[in-house]
Amino acid sequence: MTEIPMMNRTAAVSGLNDLVLAVARQRSRTAFAALFGHFAPRLKSYLMRLGADPGQAEELVQDVMLLVWHRAETFDPAQANASTWVFTIARNKRIDAIRRERRPEIDLTDPALVPEPVAAADTTLEAGQENARLNAAIGSLPNEQAELLRLAYYEDKPHSTISAEQGIPLGTVKSRLRLAVDRLRRLLRDEA
Amino acid sequence: MTNPTHHPCREILLDYADGSLGEPAALVIATHLAFCPGCRQQVADLEAVGGVFLEEEELRPVSDDCLEAVMARLDEPAPASGPRPCTASPPPVDLHLPEPLRSYVGAPLAALHWHSRFAGFAEVDLKVGRPPVRTRLIRVVAGLALPRHSHTGTELNLVLAGGFHDPRGSFRRGDVALDDASIDHSPVVDGGEDCICLSVTDAPLRLTGGLTRFLNPFIRL
Repeated sequence: MTEIPMMNRTAAVSGLNDLVLAVARQRSRTAFAALFGHFAPRLKSYLMRLGADPGQAEELVQDVMLLVWHRAETFDPAQANASTWVFTIARNKRIDAIRRERRPEIDLTDPALVPEPVAAADTTLEAGQENARLNAAIGSLPNEQAELLRLAYYEDKPHSTISAEQGIPLGTVKSRLRLAVDRLRRLLRDEA
Repeated sequence: MTNPTHHPCREILLDYADGSLGEPAALVIATHLAFCPGCRQQVADLEAVGGVFLEEEELRPVSDDCLEAVMARLDEPAPASGPRPCTASPPPVDLHLPEPLRSYVGAPLAALHWHSRFAGFAEVDLKVGRPPVRTRLIRVVAGLALPRHSHTGTELNLVLAGGFHDPRGSFRRGDVALDDASIDHSPVVDGGEDCICLSVTDAPLRLTGGLTRFLNPFIRL
């Protein structure tokens, strides 16, 4: 079980979710090795994009994967799929390791948290289907919006740098990003 | 209790979700999220975009011994999850101070040592971020009209108790107000209850963006 079946994306997503659950419930090292095989090369690439050198990136990959092992029981596929969950762990590890800052985050069990209105439950996406829907939503964005979203989101570039590199006025960068986020939200919510 | 009506703009939520927002501004956003189910859902959606991008990321092979090295460490004790900022044990629940702010403040509002700055205005420095960024709790007495002022940098405020109003409207618990050089106002604190805000001044809104970004008049609520 070192290869994840890649029949289609939905199968891949539920396969990854199942692997994290197997780590959580059975402490399965086989499942963990499969998760490592899938995520380690992606995480290395992600961390290098954000400024880590190859050696540092590999160290951080190890740290992130150890957190995956230790925190697997906090994984809730109803909240986020495995890729999103691993992304948030890597994002926080990077902030901690490279910026030396903490990441302030809400505590969903906090009694002081204002809860979801009950009626909102049926507008919430099934996290299992979310990846496919998001892929479709991102794929349906105009190219220039999708590309800017990726640059802004993923490469940690300030909007002013994107503006200079792409030769697009700053106002246009911002309005395209805003359009992209709005459109994603519409696509995700209206069809939910 | 109604949900907030003044929200952070989408760009700031995006920066929070992708991890580029510095800690002081991220503390304001995360605390707003505790009050605001709608923005919580938006951030969850934006994090899922991060998951999609991670899936689509190019593959950079890790060295051969990388997996082995991790497997050898699985039986080590779990790494400490980030230490609580101020206190070893969580402070008592205070509905005005949801997490993560409660742990940063470390004590109930009434137990804090407030420093008076002028009549009716007191503050507590939370020591988050590096100068010139300042992260404070500020308390203004009920009914006080602040002198008219504008801002040289940005000021990000989150209402925790009480409320105030200015020409943009009425700000109450959970609402976020982003003031910059273009805002020239004299806010008036509502009567009946002191207004307490979490306030971050002169924070670059994006860590890597520096001054140009927070002076940009585009970022406005």
